[in-house]
Amino acid sequence: MAVLTYLQAISEGMREEMRRDESVVLLGEDIGVYGGAFKVTKGFIDEFGPKRVIDTPISESAIVGAAVGMALYGFRPIAEIQFADFITVAYNQIVQNAATIHYRYGFPVPIVVRAPSGAGVHGGPFHSQNPEALFTHVPGLKVVAPSTPADAKGLLKAAVRDDNPVLYFEHKYLYRRIKGEVPEDDDFTVPIGVADVKRPGRDATVITYGSTVHTALQAAEDLSAEGAEVEVLDLRTLRPYDEQAILDSVGRTNRVLVLHEASKTGGVGAEIAAFITENAFEKLDAPVMRLGGLDTPVPYSPPLEEYWLPSKERVVGALRRLLEY
Amino acid sequence: MPKKKTSLTKEQKLELYYLLKLTRAVEETVVRLYKQGRVVGGVYLSRGMEAASVGAAYALERDDILFPIHRDTGAHLAKGQSPKAIFLQYLGRADSPSRGRDPGIHFSDRSLNVVGNISHLGSMIPVAVGAAMAMKLAGKKNVSLNFIGEGGSNIGDFHEGLNLAAVQKAPFILVVENNQFAYSTPTHLEYACENIVDRAVGYGIPGELVDGTDVVVVYEAVKKAVERARRGEGPTLIEAKMMRLTGHSAHDDAKYVPEELKKQWEQKDPILVMRRRLEAEGLLDEKVEKEIDQRIEREIEEAVEQALASPLPKPEEAAEGVYA
Repeated sequence: MAVLTYLQAISEGMREEMRRDESVVLLGEDIGVYGGAFKVTKGFIDEFGPKRVIDTPISESAIVGAAVGMALYGFRPIAEIQFADFITVAYNQIVQNAATIHYRYGFPVPIVVRAPSGAGVHGGPFHSQNPEALFTHVPGLKVVAPSTPADAKGLLKAAVRDDNPVLYFEHKYLYRRIKGEVPEDDDFTVPIGVADVKRPGRDATVITYGSTVHTALQAAEDLSAEGAEVEVLDLRTLRPYDEQAILDSVGRTNRVLVLHEASKTGGVGAEIAAFITENAFEKLDAPVMRLGGLDTPVPYSPPLEEYWLPSKERVVGALRRLLEY
Repeated sequence: MPKKKTSLTKEQKLELYYLLKLTRAVEETVVRLYKQGRVVGGVYLSRGMEAASVGAAYALERDDILFPIHRDTGAHLAKGQSPKAIFLQYLGRADSPSRGRDPGIHFSDRSLNVVGNISHLGSMIPVAVGAAMAMKLAGKKNVSLNFIGEGGSNIGDFHEGLNLAAVQKAPFILVVENNQFAYSTPTHLEYACENIVDRAVGYGIPGELVDGTDVVVVYEAVKKAVERARRGEGPTLIEAKMMRLTGHSAHDDAKYVPEELKKQWEQKDPILVMRRRLEAEGLLDEKVEKEIDQRIEREIEEAVEQALASPLPKPEEAAEGVYA
């Protein structure tokens, strides 16, 4: 297995799928000659040419809309939204067109919308958002958010091969900071809808995804030194999420903290907490707790942004309250 | 706007006349079913607008892709759709093209290369452009054509879609059905340029303004645009001017339309315009007219009967088919 950064893993996943299947094409802003704002598609235009690596105008709605149209006629487009924040411009195309076409007309819409999300890079209110919950509410969409290089590659390849619209939230803070072993098998995929225990435990579970998987792992390490074993369950897919893995983990630890970087209110955590309460109430030794980013836009200045993020210290604090309940 | 020469044969011209009248008859039948309480959803009519819808779709081949919008009954029929499918749609039946999921002429047909619309006006423009890009990328000579009203032409997707089509030289035709009112809003409150087609120059593409009440004129303009697109010369914007001779939907009496204006446009009813043309060319007499009317009457009667006999969907089917 090769050791790759999170960014390299995404890039390699796309490259492999484009080599394997000529119907896979890319659309997005600055993805061709420039290689993408984060260089995820660096070199792609040289290998696959401008017909398959399509530099578009600044038109997020048309990027996704055109991807849908191409998908209806034989292609499997990957649309890149340069920053996940800008996905709201394409919201209508994703939510009204892509998500409903199969239900209404029975046509598959095999598109992937890649969206670099997340804070921690001093991007300010419009280059830092985590908009996944805007989409997890929508029937017809699949939503994934990998935390490791292996998952990033495997989920990307699974998303390309899926016949449904898949929103792929890649956390840009992880791009070059996280490295890991990645299988080199051309057909390596991570199935959509399957969670992964990133650290086993018996005393409490942190259910999380994306960047905060790493925060949770650090918090679990700290608490382990104090004798508490915290399980970290990485959802990986936010819709449809892995109900069984959640129930299994609740059964093991009986205490749950749901953690995400996105703002807390109305977030994915609310759904997971409600699901657990509905389906495993009698297994719980404590109320399901939630921790997320502040309920504000993401501020720019470093001390403000740091305070905004759900830090390791805050996670440790929440877990202590949970363990003591 | 002068009448242009046409390459259409006698048979084709009579077929266009038949399609105009069929469109009118299908819609009048839908209104009847609506008033009987059998059609429960919105009914958006194209009375006065049939020439653009029929003429544009008639210029397409079977493998060209049509993206009709909510008043394009005529385009569906001109692309080869049966009246029965349209009635099934309005009646929400299990074997309707959308299996009861989407109302009225919001429907697709894979075999005819027709992709239905969503209610958000203009949203199909980028999708239709994507389909055109797919044709080009696959090395096919086919085109995609989408309609929009002058009302819907003011939404962002009009700009994003048309601009993307232009830079990609996509084989795409956008037909603006300018019917003078966006629901109740008159054109002077919709846009400040003289014509929507004036915007074509801003995208660096050809634009053509045509008499949207004359099916032959619309057909010829679209045909020319289709040929351009097949040659790889990119998209065309066509604006067809006409009048919606009915309310926005079946519940709307359109009192906001001045009587004088309505009367003026009624003289340009697309069926009258084509009848005058055919009569002037000696192609239509009472006998032929009667034959066409009888054929339509027979087809409609049969289609309605079959549609009404079709079952409604099973309630629990509502839960199926979210994912492919």
